[in-house]
Amino acid sequence: MEHGSHSDPSKSTFSLVDEDHTFANSIRFTLNQDPRVAFTGYSIPHPSENRVNIRVQTTGDPAREVLKDACQDLMLMCQHVRSTFNKAVEVAKSSRVRTEDTDSD
Amino acid sequence: MSEEDESMSDFEEGEEGSGLDFILSLDDVPSNLPPHLELLKTRVLCNSDAPQHTDTIQYSGAYAALGVDNSLRLDSFCENFKIEVNRMADDVIEFDMIGIDPAIANSFRRILIAEVPTMAIERVYIANNTSIVQDEVLAHRLGLIPIHADPRLFEYPVNAGDDRNEKNTIVFKLHVRCKRGQPRITVKSDQLQWLPNGSELPCENAKPNADSKPKTFTSFACSQDSLPEFSCNPLGPTNPDIIVAKLGPGQEIELEAHAVKGIGKTHAKWSPVATAWYRMLPEVVLLEDVEDELAEELKNKCPKQVFDIEDCGKGRRRAKAARPRDCTLCRECIRGGKEWEDRVSLRRVKNHFIFTIESTGAVPSEVLFTEAVKILEDKCERVITELS
Repeated sequence: MEHGSHSDPSKSTFSLVDEDHTFANSIRFTLNQDPRVAFTGYSIPHPSENRVNIRVQTTGDPAREVLKDACQDLMLMCQHVRSTFNKAVEVAKSSRVRTEDTDSD
Repeated sequence: MSEEDESMSDFEEGEEGSGLDFILSLDDVPSNLPPHLELLKTRVLCNSDAPQHTDTIQYSGAYAALGVDNSLRLDSFCENFKIEVNRMADDVIEFDMIGIDPAIANSFRRILIAEVPTMAIERVYIANNTSIVQDEVLAHRLGLIPIHADPRLFEYPVNAGDDRNEKNTIVFKLHVRCKRGQPRITVKSDQLQWLPNGSELPCENAKPNADSKPKTFTSFACSQDSLPEFSCNPLGPTNPDIIVAKLGPGQEIELEAHAVKGIGKTHAKWSPVATAWYRMLPEVVLLEDVEDELAEELKNKCPKQVFDIEDCGKGRRRAKAARPRDCTLCRECIRGGKEWEDRVSLRRVKNHFIFTIESTGAVPSEVLFTEAVKILEDKCERVITELS
């Protein structure tokens, strides 16, 4: 849910349900890395309510689009992390098999 | 800041590519941060009183005044990001994750603990319990037993857990009796018997129906062991030797336990990891040469044997930080006055994480990590669809 003004889409607060620091802190990082973002931050208004408010103020672009791009960036980063990890595990597994082979010889 | 960016991009788009190269090669145009700022940006300094520069500089324009771009481009992230597996055993994996912000590394850790699903016993129907363990304590103990079942093959409970079928419930039976005159017996987790056909207890609420078999707590459409994924891999507890209760002569436990899919956020019994943690890579730097008796003193100060002494000829010996990875940051080496603080600098590399995942055994630890990353991806996708 977006709370912003119709006249100025460059500043908005996004209220996300069922999210916490896990998502909000990482999206704050990717938003901060975007040069179009002038300010970003998040808050959890009440600890027993599953809700975070993410504030995005940009230098002109619509905040909604910038947030979407940040999510996209985070997703691509995750995909890269996953493929790198799988490759590293493959390498570790094959080298372990090799050392076991030499041990048994 | 934006003006500067524009002027930079103007140069980049200019016809003479060499013009930009020329400007960047000028001495007074910084291409990187000066070393003292780079140090504060990338290292935590662990001083004797308190750690310093613990924050990460996330804002893209943080160094705009110096003409240095602090934004993260995806391609540069992909180029610099590295993972190296150090240790891989049955239930534990340790790997180095290099070139990622703590915000994201911490998200992975949080997701591993609280949001990767597993199967755990959620409902226990006790037909008879004459042991000294109370019903509710027994049920709680059963809940904490890790179940060896791939949660990806199951669905979350539907209709507040009332519709129990072969896709969302695993049923176990426990029936042990200690006969009179026999010694005490210990009930262990391997005595949980998997019922692939579902519950055997008649449901009390249902009206007795004469022409069909009595209604039970589950309605399985087929037997679980007829499904290809379970037939060669029977479901059960991961460890056979977890003590559930002890029975004296004449005591008996008869119960049925239903395991369902859930996440650690709801209850820790669903957490797939014993623990998942990371630490930043320690860095031990000798700021000046530490020689002879001082080198010996330094070597003996460190309880983790981080320092070695090397011979540098002419009978002189010099200390060397040989195993900085073993440093626990006890700061023993910088105790004993200002002169030691000036000799040794203890640091942590902010974007280098030594990540350890200890699985409870239900899912291999390397699979847990990929699942955790997928969950973060799903969160992003959810927000994108919500915003569209």
